[in-house]
Amino acid sequence: MALLEIKGLRAQVGEREILKGIDLTVNAGEVHAIMGPNGSGKSTLAGVLAGREIYQVTGGQVIYDGKDLLEMAPEDRARDGIFLAFQYPVEIPGVSNMYFLKAALNTIRKNRNLPELDAMDFLDLIRQKMALMKMDQTLLNRPVNTGFSGGEKKRNEIFQMAVLEPKLAILDETDSGLDIDALKLVASGVNAMRSPERAMIVVTHYQRLLNEIVPDFVHVLAEGRIVKSGGKELALQLEEGGYAALGIYDEAEAVGKA
Amino acid sequence: MTAVSEQTGAWLAEFAAQKPAEPWLQALRDAAFRRFAELGFPTTKNEEWRFTNVAPIARARFAAAMPAPAEVETLAPFTPGIRLVFVNGVLANVVPELPKGLQAGPLSEAAATHLGKYASFDRNAFVALNTALVKGGALVQVARGTVVEQPIQIVYLTTDGQASQPPNSNLPHVQPRSLVVVGANAQCTVVETYVGTGKYFTNAVTEIAAGDGAVVDHYKVQLESPEAFHIATMQASLGRSANFTSHSIALGGALVRNDANATLSEGTEATLNGLYVVNGAQHVDNHTEIDHAKPHGTSHELYKGILDGKAAAVFNGRIIVRKDAQKTDSKQTNKNLVLSDDAVIDTKPELQIFADDVRCTHGATIGQLDEESMFYLRSRGIGREQARSLLTYAFAQDILDRIKVPALKVQLEKVLFEKFHEHGG
Repeated sequence: MALLEIKGLRAQVGEREILKGIDLTVNAGEVHAIMGPNGSGKSTLAGVLAGREIYQVTGGQVIYDGKDLLEMAPEDRARDGIFLAFQYPVEIPGVSNMYFLKAALNTIRKNRNLPELDAMDFLDLIRQKMALMKMDQTLLNRPVNTGFSGGEKKRNEIFQMAVLEPKLAILDETDSGLDIDALKLVASGVNAMRSPERAMIVVTHYQRLLNEIVPDFVHVLAEGRIVKSGGKELALQLEEGGYAALGIYDEAEAVGKA
Repeated sequence: MTAVSEQTGAWLAEFAAQKPAEPWLQALRDAAFRRFAELGFPTTKNEEWRFTNVAPIARARFAAAMPAPAEVETLAPFTPGIRLVFVNGVLANVVPELPKGLQAGPLSEAAATHLGKYASFDRNAFVALNTALVKGGALVQVARGTVVEQPIQIVYLTTDGQASQPPNSNLPHVQPRSLVVVGANAQCTVVETYVGTGKYFTNAVTEIAAGDGAVVDHYKVQLESPEAFHIATMQASLGRSANFTSHSIALGGALVRNDANATLSEGTEATLNGLYVVNGAQHVDNHTEIDHAKPHGTSHELYKGILDGKAAAVFNGRIIVRKDAQKTDSKQTNKNLVLSDDAVIDTKPELQIFADDVRCTHGATIGQLDEESMFYLRSRGIGREQARSLLTYAFAQDILDRIKVPALKVQLEKVLFEKFHEHGG
């Protein structure tokens, strides 16, 4: 059975329909890249899967691990192993990173029938994962994402993913705003987590991330539909010819051509 | 006028029945009661009381709180420092040995030159009533140049004697009075705590006189019982280049009014911060007044409020910059987090600026929990209620972070943490 099965998914924000029938099957162990121009619906798809409430699902279904995903609250999805790495991680002044992560990890562990980690075991785990992401330990005592640089925020997302060990990780433009060194660091963190039990959906506008995180499948999203699917070579093809070579434009331009 | 005299009549009986005080005090009491009788309790037609209806206090019948046993350590756990504990208005502990240069104990004639000089009863009926009925009270005097390391704690604990009261009996009232006189270049920390059980009325007045160059860190922690009435005025008179900080933490009480006022001299720096957390049908009104009387004064003000249920809160921040007070630098901020549709906040800055070379800024915000932050926490597995508690606590955190007494900070963190986790956590 597939880990994730999306069938005819439609979603809108306000009156505007953004996803116009998405079909996608993701098996455990696979890495799928979703590419597409601005406004094609990539982030909407990521948001809908994580349970972001501003999107209204108007049709289709999503089966995750045998369950109706769309019926689940965001926290229940997370507890069942879905993780969204945010394109824009949220700053939360007043909540320490450490407290936040411990609360998150222990709820998720509880859901997996694992004992809660005590402070020492938690700290050991955290140190090990921080080393993986080359993160400064002082970040732990700071409020969540507050005062972090753009790169630190993205690394913090992948660090959280490493701690929470999801079954399905969705990376929403994790490469945006990163220089090449930061990109390589983030990618190596992600690659270290590839495993036969874990699936990943990597949403990106650019091909460069896919040089580092090599996908098994590439899907091109345009105007709310997957218009082309293929192997990793599809990303290279896009890199050479751009989206225009496939007859795909950024949303604003597409509107102009209609 | 009939209504006023009816309401003040019972107080007159109590005033008249008081044991006469020493002459220095009796004259003050008499003048204060006379003024109280003239003023009567304010109504909402009085601009100062527009959003706070004290009719439940004006109409109720009170009697001076009787001595009663109280579980002091449960209600006001001991924290390191020097402590005066008043139970139902009476000093209940032996004053510990005090460091050189510090006097702390019940009010005495040593207070004569200061008592009533700062908190004027001319315009405020509650201050007048307190002054008319002043008895024990706390007197703290720090000699010039003395640095008192340990926090000086004044605890006012009030209990209505539990269920032993018949339903129609008079409610107990207490009139706590604190006078803190800090000499030039002296330094001290004062923590006032108000706690209690049952239904009663606390009417408190605190006067603080800080000499030139004195450094005073003041905290008022209001943890009254959920049924209590609590009216309080803190008036600080600050000397040249003095540095004064006051934090008002208001968590308890059914009907609460806090006035926190400070008068600055040349080069004085004053900070008035506050945190109010209300739910159910609680009502809390914070009025502050910062009076820049002389040049080069600096004032900072940050009041934060968290409102839930059908609670109501008021913030009125008056800043006066007198004609002479050139180069004044003043900043006022009031931020409110409103967690329910039925809670109400009235917030108003009130700037009266008579000097022309000053910098005064003010701002007020009223908002809900940030949806993006909620989603971020939930997307990591944290449940809706816990996410809500975390963010609410986080909102209060920057006031707690400003508290410099570690034991007090820890105590308040615990109280707030429990408060925000009580529904659904």
